[in-house]
Amino acid sequence: MFKIKKAEFLSADVKLFEIVAPEIAKRRQAGQFIILRLDEQGERIPLTIADSNPEQGTVTIIVQGIGKTTKSLNQKESGDSIMDVVGPLGKASHMEKFGTAVCIGGGVGSAIAYPTAVALKEAGNHVITINGARNKDLIILEEEMKQFSDESYITTDDGSYGHHGFVTDILQKLIDEKRELNFVLAIGPIPMMRAVAEATRPHNIQTVVSLNPIMIDGTGMCGGCRVLVDGDSKFACVDGPEFDGHKVDFTNLINRNRIYQGLEQESLKQHECQLLEQADKKEE
Amino acid sequence: MAEFPSKKERMQIKRHPMPEQDPQARNKNFEEVTCGYTAEMALEEAKRCLQCKIPTCIDGCPVSIKIDQFLELIVAEDLPGAMNKIKEDNFLPAICGRVCPQEKQCEQQCVLSKKGDSVAIGRLERFVADVSLEQAASTPSSTTSSTAKKSSGKRVAVVGSGPAGLACAADLIGAGHHVTVFEALHELGGVLVYGIPEFRLPKAIVKKEINGLAEAGVQFITNSVIGRTIGLDELFEEKGFNAAFLGTGAGLPNFMRIPGEEFGGVYSANEFLTRVNLMKSYQFPTYDSPIMDCKGATVAVIGGGNTAMDAVRVSKRMGAKRSMIVYRRSEAEMPARLEEIQHAKEEGVEFHNLTNPLCYLGDDKQQLTGMECIKMELGPPDDSGRRRPIPIEGSEFTTELDIVIVAIGNGSNPLLSQTNPEIETNKWGNIVVNPKTMATSREGVFAGGDIVTGGATVILAMGAGRTAAAAINDYLETK
Ligand SMILES: Cc1cc2nc3c(=O)[nH]c(=O)nc-3n(C[C@H](O)[C@H](O)[C@H](O)COP(=O)(O)OP(=O)(O)OC[C@H]3O[C@@H](n4cnc5c(N)ncnc54)[C@H](O)[C@@H]3O)c2cc1C
Ligand code: FES
Repeated sequence: MFKIKKAEFLSADVKLFEIVAPEIAKRRQAGQFIILRLDEQGERIPLTIADSNPEQGTVTIIVQGIGKTTKSLNQKESGDSIMDVVGPLGKASHMEKFGTAVCIGGGVGSAIAYPTAVALKEAGNHVITINGARNKDLIILEEEMKQFSDESYITTDDGSYGHHGFVTDILQKLIDEKRELNFVLAIGPIPMMRAVAEATRPHNIQTVVSLNPIMIDGTGMCGGCRVLVDGDSKFACVDGPEFDGHKVDFTNLINRNRIYQGLEQESLKQHECQLLEQADKKEE
Repeated sequence: MAEFPSKKERMQIKRHPMPEQDPQARNKNFEEVTCGYTAEMALEEAKRCLQCKIPTCIDGCPVSIKIDQFLELIVAEDLPGAMNKIKEDNFLPAICGRVCPQEKQCEQQCVLSKKGDSVAIGRLERFVADVSLEQAASTPSSTTSSTAKKSSGKRVAVVGSGPAGLACAADLIGAGHHVTVFEALHELGGVLVYGIPEFRLPKAIVKKEINGLAEAGVQFITNSVIGRTIGLDELFEEKGFNAAFLGTGAGLPNFMRIPGEEFGGVYSANEFLTRVNLMKSYQFPTYDSPIMDCKGATVAVIGGGNTAMDAVRVSKRMGAKRSMIVYRRSEAEMPARLEEIQHAKEEGVEFHNLTNPLCYLGDDKQQLTGMECIKMELGPPDDSGRRRPIPIEGSEFTTELDIVIVAIGNGSNPLLSQTNPEIETNKWGNIVVNPKTMATSREGVFAGGDIVTGGATVILAMGAGRTAAAAINDYLETK
């Protein structure tokens, strides 16, 4: 059992957790992830580690409630426990002084980009962050990003905050202004990562994306997490999760992530019905 | 007390068939296929043993179980004695009795097999072990702990809880060392729990063996990937271990690298079986992990080993309309246990031998719709001694499919070799060891099982774990 030390909502359905896992906290590096299982019936899902505190022995994850597992997780409070947590898994982000590095986070992807952005700054880069979301309420870690970034931008799809439009608008503007960009990291929804890679491709700017395929074990044992990179099959849990954005087959990733869409909705629906029943009982 | 009948009478007793669930019932449930011998059947079967002066059966056993002696003890109706005799060489008889390829090992060497049917050694091994496990359950104190020596004060880390790791841990705790087993997954047992299905190896048996070890004092830590959660160096430097055994298995599924393997609906056998066995997807949505719906589906499993048989029989049990094996050689070359091939056939699995996939076909969503295959014929023997399959030109054909499961073996897991390059590996990534001691190129680190041999068998992994335990014991004495 792994205890939750802190749990707080960052926006309507995005929640931050600090989980007590001293071994993971001690070793974890930017870019790595954990796999957790909530309870005996639970599935194993990967979540990127947003931060860690080796002294307190905690790791931080930031979770968007989308499916049954993430929604159930987001109902947990501090003091509750998670049955299984394993990590840190995957390769750490490659870190060096590139020059100017742009870190782009879409939605909850900002949380995942955050530790790498900090590490890039510590490696001596000029760091530009672009933080995008559907609307103002969904922008997370704005202050944190601002604090260490040399330049930071906010975009919202509906224009309720910052630039009205997509993260790629800002990126394109920087490119058009002939700024010398040496490295781009993009983490977020797959269409966003693909758009970023397409924007940087003509200019040959090194672009890294962090992929989120379906996983089970996270140790290279099942091959469920395989992604096509440069036409070659790679296991994201041991070869990734970060890959060269110009070489990733995003269409295949989207299609593979949809394999269980129907079943997942069924599971979620059942879960929500149970919650309603429970709520009804409480009221009675 | 019973005795052996005369030799002539013995030769007249027929090999006793294994009681089994009806094929048409069992291909819809996950309960164990074989029911085990009754005491009477076991006694009769054991009496068939000719008690050869030179028991060739023992040469066929990878760990040289004293087969003639344990059969003699069954006939003398001394089952605890028989169990102790088996346990001298085999730490996991209830498991090996079920999953060893006996027809290629002990039973192949039995002199009776030359004239007819060999003694059913595997079934008798299982019988003795099952009786013993049942009795152990009614008498709580474990047998292992009573034999444990006084503590040596030395600490050994065992990495991986498959048969290699468990056997190694058992011998080391028996020798009085502190033993901690680290397992990457949330459940203990390795392939025994995530790979081999319930209907062939009930998980309760694996649990009992593990509980026995825990009672004897072995510490088990799940959710711990050595090389990631804790480094190998840290085990020695920070956690105070004096030696380590690596039993990390062959966990990297091979694919054929043909077009379409990235489609939805194409699984590795490891993924398919892990979803079902470990994550209990067959009980979705009670359990959260989904699996593609097999009901009414057409499922093809590529390969001819035990893994392929397990996967294809699972698909049948999950309601597939057609479940088929697609294998590039002929049945004679299949590496699977004979019994599993027979069981699969009885359960309605189709066999398409001498057939090899060329590519998978999919729709605009990259969801599998079929595959293109080619017919094969057998040429001269290859490196493995089996006749090499050669494609027959012009014999290509396509077939419609919903699910493909690729079961063509596993490569070695790269996790530890990525983080610890000082441990020497061969070109396939298998750890190189001294075969007598299982010592690796790093002092104090030993290895055994599939990570050394590549995908092999439970009994070989177990044997390697025990060889390593003996060497670790010697090593610790010099420290
Ligand atoms: C589906 C299937 C059916 C089979 N059927 C048969 C059969 O009928 N008969 C037979 O004899 N053999 C069979 N085999 C083969 C047999 O199961 C293996 O040879 C045997 O289990 C190998 O044992 P092992 O201890 O070396 O490794 P494994 O059983 O693979 O166990 C290794 C364990 O180590 C863990 N691990 C890996 N890396 C790390 C790490 N870095 N840190 C911590 N833990 C780690 C893994 O999670 C795993 O639990 C079958 C195999 C499969 C896949
Ligand atoms: S999650 Fe199973 S191999 Fe990557």
